[in-house]
Amino acid sequence: MTAVTENIVLPDRRGPAGRLSDFFWKHPHVLLTVLLAPPLLWLGVVYVGSLFALLLQSFFSIDDFSGLINYEFTFATYRQLLSETNLDIILRTVSMAAIVTIASALIAFPIAYYAARYAQGKWKVLFYLGVMLPLWSSYLVKIYAWKLILAKEGIVTWFLGKLHLQWLLDAWLSLPVVGGNSLSVSYTGTFIVFVYVWLPFMILPIQAALERVPGNLIEASSDLGGTPAQTFRHVLFPLALPGIVAGSIFTFSLTLGDYIIPQIIGSSRLFIGQAVYAQQGTAGNIPLAAAFTVVPIVIMGAYLFVAKRMGAFDAL
Amino acid sequence: MRSERNRSPLGLKIAAAAGLAFMHVPILLIFLYAFTTEEKSYQFPPPGLTTQWFAVAWNRPDVWAALTLSVKVASIATAVALVLGTLCAAAVSQTRFFGRETISLLVILPIALPGIITGIALRSAFSMAEIPFSFWTIVLGHATFCIVVVYNNAVARFRRISGSLIEASMDLGADGFQTFRYIILPNIGTALLAGGMLAFALSFDEVIVTTFTAGQQSTLPIWMLEELIRPRQRPVTNVVAMIVVLVTFLPILGAYYLTRDGDQIAGAGK
Repeated sequence: MTAVTENIVLPDRRGPAGRLSDFFWKHPHVLLTVLLAPPLLWLGVVYVGSLFALLLQSFFSIDDFSGLINYEFTFATYRQLLSETNLDIILRTVSMAAIVTIASALIAFPIAYYAARYAQGKWKVLFYLGVMLPLWSSYLVKIYAWKLILAKEGIVTWFLGKLHLQWLLDAWLSLPVVGGNSLSVSYTGTFIVFVYVWLPFMILPIQAALERVPGNLIEASSDLGGTPAQTFRHVLFPLALPGIVAGSIFTFSLTLGDYIIPQIIGSSRLFIGQAVYAQQGTAGNIPLAAAFTVVPIVIMGAYLFVAKRMGAFDAL
Repeated sequence: MRSERNRSPLGLKIAAAAGLAFMHVPILLIFLYAFTTEEKSYQFPPPGLTTQWFAVAWNRPDVWAALTLSVKVASIATAVALVLGTLCAAAVSQTRFFGRETISLLVILPIALPGIITGIALRSAFSMAEIPFSFWTIVLGHATFCIVVVYNNAVARFRRISGSLIEASMDLGADGFQTFRYIILPNIGTALLAGGMLAFALSFDEVIVTTFTAGQQSTLPIWMLEELIRPRQRPVTNVVAMIVVLVTFLPILGAYYLTRDGDQIAGAGK
């Protein structure tokens, strides 16, 4: 029996490469370890290690007199995080993230639906690249473009002036909260730029979800007497929902952590990202900055948990 | 019947077209502003058109220094990400092992968490380990979030290589290295090229993590950020913005053409 097996099996390979190759073949776990060790060392040790180091710092506190970090375990920094000003910042960021998410879903849906159901051949490619190019074009250039557009002497003012609608812009800017001196220093401006920059992240998952809806399902609904509105409400929307949730993961998470957009286009009131930046930089309060970063991590953790339940990951 | 099915409602058509226009008009405006004669404001319409700012930008050493640094960082970060991402993809797609799902999560984490968290985590780790900021700290940060793009492309392609192809090669007497060289590499080559191009574009454009890991050096995005916060020479910024748009478009189009026949086209997940 053994003799037969030995005849079937080829002789061992020669040379160091051959022997190594045989060794890997006989011990696939060693090969796996060799493959995984470099990326795991990089991501698991360097990256996750840094994350833990950061989280650890949030349990330290800063000495009010010397300004040095006091390396003793304490919840004092978290108590500071829950002060009124800081809660204000958190609430402002979360509500901005929520309305940005809703607005991008509203704008993204028609594009995704058209691309998934009606666009064919050349148009399909056009839609695909039409989403992909803005997605990948420079984040700063996109913000810069809006600085040009929203500036007082910029194109929005010019366009509304041509339509004799200048009064509309002035009326909007005189509103409390959303208004300001000009669009580029108002919440409205921040909101528009957030929606613009994250929109492609919403379109792609919705389109992926809609691609999987069979066309005859829509036809069946209308054959059975459903109006377009009913079809949308009872057939299309529930099937697209995982895609919308998947997209909202991006829009929500990205808005929570961004500090450049509100700094360049927006009022002087802070968002979470700006607070983190200010605390770690000028204020030198690393523990509070670390505690601030825990907020988006916790929110996104809860969000991802719910999203997973809703099947959003299949649409990614 | 068929024409009925393929006719879209007018409202949908208008909404989709308006959405696409909303995404592209701002980028097109950048091109217009690169030629404006107005220096001090963002006046629209531009009072006149000129090409003189291209010459001015060309002669600016700070722009060149930032561009060179960005290209260097992006090249090395891409090379590191290519190696690590491919290794990870090979392990995950060719074998089943405990903790496989965790590895996918680990790879996606640097891009799923807001950039500011990655940035500040690395910064505080550097300061704890007393590593001074340098060219290499920028590369380290960039490579971390570039792994995922290479990984996604490579995993998608690995899934399409049939296992019997590899077994056939081994049965015919090729060793593991030969199989990799002659069977696996030609199959995943275009996916890796596409992933590498996307990683390059991602790194070339990154600003949030870089602000935390760069110290005194400025990459092109950092240079732009400074111009955005404190505008000094708007026309030069306009020209640089236009060039950045063109430079990032090329890898994206390239990656698209390399992977368009596949089941998953590169770039769909940034």
